[in-house]
Amino acid sequence: MKLKVKSSWVVPLVAILAGFIVGAIIMLIFGYDPIQNYSSLFDGAFGGVYSIGETLRNMTPLILTALGFAVASKAGFFNIGGSGQYLMGWFGAIVVALKFSFLPGWLLIIVSILAGALFGGIWSAIAGVLRAYFGTSEVITTIMLNYISLYFVNFAVKDWLAGKGSDSSPNIAAKASLRGDFLENLTANSTLHWGFLIAIIICFIIWFYFNRMKSGFELRSVGINEDAARYAGMNVKKTIIMSMLISGLLAGLGGALDGLGNFQNISVSNALPQVGYDGMAVALLVNYNPIGVIFSSLLFSALQIGGMSISVYSDTPTEIVSIVTASIIFFVAIKYVIELLTKRRKKNPQKTAVKNEGAGE
Amino acid sequence: MKKKATALLAATLMLGTILVGCGNKNSDSDKGGTKHTVALVTDGGGIDDKSFNQSAWEGMKAWGKQHDLKKGVNGYNYAQSNSDSDFTPNVNKLVKAKYQTIFGIGYKLAPVIEKTSKQNPDTHFAIIDEVVKGRKNVASVTFKTEQSSFLAGVAAAKTTKTNKVGFVGGIKSDVITTFEKGFIQGVHAVNPKISVDVKYVGSFTKADVGNSLASAMYNNGADVIFHAAGGSGSGVFTAAKDKSKNGKKVWVIGVDQDQKADGKYKGGNVTLASAVKEVGNSVKDLANKSMNDKFPGGKVVTYQLKDKGVDLINDNMPESTQKAVQQYKDKIINGDITVKAE
Repeated sequence: MKLKVKSSWVVPLVAILAGFIVGAIIMLIFGYDPIQNYSSLFDGAFGGVYSIGETLRNMTPLILTALGFAVASKAGFFNIGGSGQYLMGWFGAIVVALKFSFLPGWLLIIVSILAGALFGGIWSAIAGVLRAYFGTSEVITTIMLNYISLYFVNFAVKDWLAGKGSDSSPNIAAKASLRGDFLENLTANSTLHWGFLIAIIICFIIWFYFNRMKSGFELRSVGINEDAARYAGMNVKKTIIMSMLISGLLAGLGGALDGLGNFQNISVSNALPQVGYDGMAVALLVNYNPIGVIFSSLLFSALQIGGMSISVYSDTPTEIVSIVTASIIFFVAIKYVIELLTKRRKKNPQKTAVKNEGAGE
Repeated sequence: MKKKATALLAATLMLGTILVGCGNKNSDSDKGGTKHTVALVTDGGGIDDKSFNQSAWEGMKAWGKQHDLKKGVNGYNYAQSNSDSDFTPNVNKLVKAKYQTIFGIGYKLAPVIEKTSKQNPDTHFAIIDEVVKGRKNVASVTFKTEQSSFLAGVAAAKTTKTNKVGFVGGIKSDVITTFEKGFIQGVHAVNPKISVDVKYVGSFTKADVGNSLASAMYNNGADVIFHAAGGSGSGVFTAAKDKSKNGKKVWVIGVDQDQKADGKYKGGNVTLASAVKEVGNSVKDLANKSMNDKFPGGKVVTYQLKDKGVDLINDNMPESTQKAVQQYKDKIINGDITVKAE
């Protein structure tokens, strides 16, 4: 047991370091200066209040799409629909913020956020219902729902929300915005907004849900062994739908917060938002641990925001940062290979460990 | 769990300190203050999009070489936006890195330029394809693309044998509809009986959709397609090349840049002409003006046929068609024909 705890944080660290080293080697091969580039990366992500503000803002949707993916994964489902649920959440929040602008500010914000979360939740619950009652693979349905949401939102924005000749909705009223003078002054006009705080709180709620609540325990049991959970008298169908619903609620909330805090409107998108897929990597890096998600999303966000600075201060192409991020994910994937090898070696102790863990919490 | 969390935090911080300890050579390279530095922010997609962003970047590179500057903080540079949420940090990073003139390439950047220009009154900003009003440090650049599109329409009308031509747009918005409207006016100026099939991809980056739209148009009998679809337009070229390889001669009119190279296939070329929009020249022009303290802040600078800001470049037009295009061009420049943008 002790060894297991240790390896759970050693592996991501080794993966991160290896990713950085591979990135440095690639830079050296192509004749760029890794030390200068990594220092402008760090400076771009954490150097000064403005950079920190942007990094934290960029973290917000990442945290929530990662949590969404984590909840579904704990229940044993592969929810690839984070992008679509995020987009639906963004859309729902902006629609409500625009159409109910007569409400007082605090109520408008709450209603808009809830609407966004609900849009995302319903969207993934569709996949959950199909899975629970018809056994349809959630991988296929969530991928397809992604495309439906992309084209539906584009259509609705274009033909309903946007004015003539424009491809984006009008901006939401200032009272519906999650930005505030306080945060703007604090972070030298960065786009940091109050949604960040909400995202952090949600991390702790999900941790509590997983570890301290009956329904969270049922969810994990279904993930470990569906048949055993059914035999133990749990309502498996309900749990499947619940897990997909919560998963979508979280991703939708990510979209709502990003919409109300960062974008302030919604526009026609060329492609599905990348943040849905990045969230999967963020969750994987820390093995679906809700508190760990805070730190892994900080890392991803820092790489993304800091990465922009690399090419601003040197002639290194931004693709290098993508290579570093990709290397980290690659090395995390390798982690499963290592685990698989150790598992094979000592089959029996591992099994009892899993049992103990399941019963102990 | 706590352990894991603290460890990750510690690692991030540690890595940070190591990195900071190593670097920071940036500060002592700020010498030679007389040089003017410029940078641009893309509107999504890279500086190799074979279209809008690329021509802007090539203009900036040419300007930099002319003035003996290098890519980087002391010369010229670009920041690539991978999504709309990158706009604000990109612009702000360039401001922070002390680039003196910053270009927003594309109408999508207008709100960001408007906001950051308020916060940074000492930096010059330029916005392409959109107008930001009432800011003394922002110059707005627009192009009369309806004029070059009109000429594209003339070329298409002179070339078609089926009396059917097509238009494939990127995302329907004011900037792109001017291409459509200009093109239709040009076609109908030559022959009002020619029908124009208009379709929009709904994206600037979906070559596959551009391909299927164009294939459908060619199958329906259209034999010339004008595209204003950025990256999606490469699908139009693929469709035209496939058709031409199968023995049906069809054409594409390119956009923004000279797209002759995109039309090449074994046995010929499908690019009839290109309706260029000299974003690169406008970038060069504004960079020069800004350097010489003649920055047109608060003004709208319009580029048109007259000053070669837009044009129709010949790729494979026969001489008779070229002549017709030239005639209409003269008429537009003289003011005998006014092309409507809407």
